[in-house]
Amino acid sequence: MCRPVWVRRFVSRLRHSPQGALGVLLVALVLTATAVGPALAPHNPETFHPQHRLQGPMQGFWLGTDQFGRDLLSRILWGTRPTVLFGVAATLLGTLLGTVVGVLSGYAGGWLDDLIMRVMDGMLAVPGLLFALLIITALGTGTLSALVAVGMAFTPGMARVARSATLAVRTQDYVKAAVARGERITYLVFREILPNVLAAMVVEGSIRIAFAVMLGASLSFLGVGAQPPSSDWGLMVSEGRAYMFRNPWVVVWPGLSIAVVSIAFNLFGDGLRDILNPRVTG
Amino acid sequence: MSLRYLTRRLGLALVTLFVVSVVVFGVTQVLPGNAAVMILGEFATEEQLSHLERQLGLDRPTYAQYAGWLGGILSGQWGISLRTGQPVSSLVLQALGRSLLLALPTLLVVSLVAIPLGAAAALRRGSRLDLSLGVISYLGVSVPEFVTGTIFLVLLARPELGWFPAGGYQPFTHDALEAMRYLVLPVATLAVVLMAHISRQTRSEMVDVLQTEYVRTAVIKGLPRRVILIKHALRNALLPTITVIALDVGYLIGGILVVEEVFAYPGLGRLLVFAIQNRDLPLIQAGALLMATVYAAANLAADLLYAYLNPRILYV
Repeated sequence: MCRPVWVRRFVSRLRHSPQGALGVLLVALVLTATAVGPALAPHNPETFHPQHRLQGPMQGFWLGTDQFGRDLLSRILWGTRPTVLFGVAATLLGTLLGTVVGVLSGYAGGWLDDLIMRVMDGMLAVPGLLFALLIITALGTGTLSALVAVGMAFTPGMARVARSATLAVRTQDYVKAAVARGERITYLVFREILPNVLAAMVVEGSIRIAFAVMLGASLSFLGVGAQPPSSDWGLMVSEGRAYMFRNPWVVVWPGLSIAVVSIAFNLFGDGLRDILNPRVTG
Repeated sequence: MSLRYLTRRLGLALVTLFVVSVVVFGVTQVLPGNAAVMILGEFATEEQLSHLERQLGLDRPTYAQYAGWLGGILSGQWGISLRTGQPVSSLVLQALGRSLLLALPTLLVVSLVAIPLGAAAALRRGSRLDLSLGVISYLGVSVPEFVTGTIFLVLLARPELGWFPAGGYQPFTHDALEAMRYLVLPVATLAVVLMAHISRQTRSEMVDVLQTEYVRTAVIKGLPRRVILIKHALRNALLPTITVIALDVGYLIGGILVVEEVFAYPGLGRLLVFAIQNRDLPLIQAGALLMATVYAAANLAADLLYAYLNPRILYV
């Protein structure tokens, strides 16, 4: 079999990192559930079954039912999509914004760099959830504004990483040579700097996906993210709270699901960092 | 610690607070519908609106509005809550007091439990204690607070058990013991994430310190184990932990926003979430600024303490 060198190296390093391997396995499971979960759901996630309200696990409703008699298994399976895609999309947005700001800042240097980084420091000085809540205040509640809010809350941290990676690349001889050749700025940024900044951004981003999932679920829990009747897991916990003493499963299943997804991406991100950057140990 | 470092660090804190105030002001400026619309309601006439806008100074340029707003904040005029009609300052300060009642015990419990645990794990690397601490820390940082809190409630606050109330707050003036029962579960929830951070941090610093020359020298000299561990190792390992604790004040603020909602605890976090849900501008501005200020103050205090305790580093 003819696999590229980096794939072989990746696989062999994965063998030495059982945590990373577990992360890859769990993430694969989560992504599969995201892709085919709704097709596997035995019921419609929004259909009421009034004669089976707040049931524990039973035949036909394997994880039990909620306060409207909706099937919890089906709701969890459908909820994978909004919950997981939210985390991935918000991280992508934050990575994109952070890369633009960080590369600009690192490439420009001088007073512009100073100004941008001081503003980023100020933004970092606001705790993430508070920052996201403030953005949502401006944008209004809903999944989309929660997504933008989490992406923007990630921007300053990602910008810092992108900036330091840019600074490291900028002093390399091949970049100096390109400058000396009289290459255009667009060539320098897109062909010389970005490809070298990307690895650092991928590692930083993959570590943050779990955090994005947790933030998104927390925002839905607070009632400013996903809105009913969505089967977003954070919202499911929030809606089920009034009934949690009558049927704990209503809050336990979505809570456990969030934990599993977040652990999966945490293990995956840490594993990826160890593999791509073996000098740093956790 | 030089005077120059002190002034530079203070300057940095001021710049931070300035940026934060601009963010808070800017965010509330772009709200759809300005304060005049919010006060008068959507059925107000154009005339009423423009009159009130002039009265509130909303027709002035943005920078003038910002300057006026900041001046008001600095001179203690925080305005009236649009939703409750009460003065913002008394609402916010009362809520802050209750939130501190959660935050300070959390920091205390975490420091008393996580630091010894982390140190013990470092001394017995690879032991069952070390491994289980590693796994529990991993779970701790991977589960959001609202899930931990809800699971605590389901397990420990079921009405038929009668162990803990399912939420709420009681002042300490009546029955201190009863009031404490309201704090146990929220504090435990907040402590989980912080314990994970601080025990891991202490462990990794302690592992590094135990491998240094001076600790080995102390062992060879035959000093008592207790002296080596506490005087040589732990004291040095704890320096970076101070910074982590300050960073954790940030997590604590985020945690309080969620945990107070889970336990229906009337603190600053719940007040701010209420204000955001109801678009109560003055309350949002004061609450967010106060939280950010607390965080900035914690970071400043940690940096100064670090510089003070670490004579090897001369900050110039």
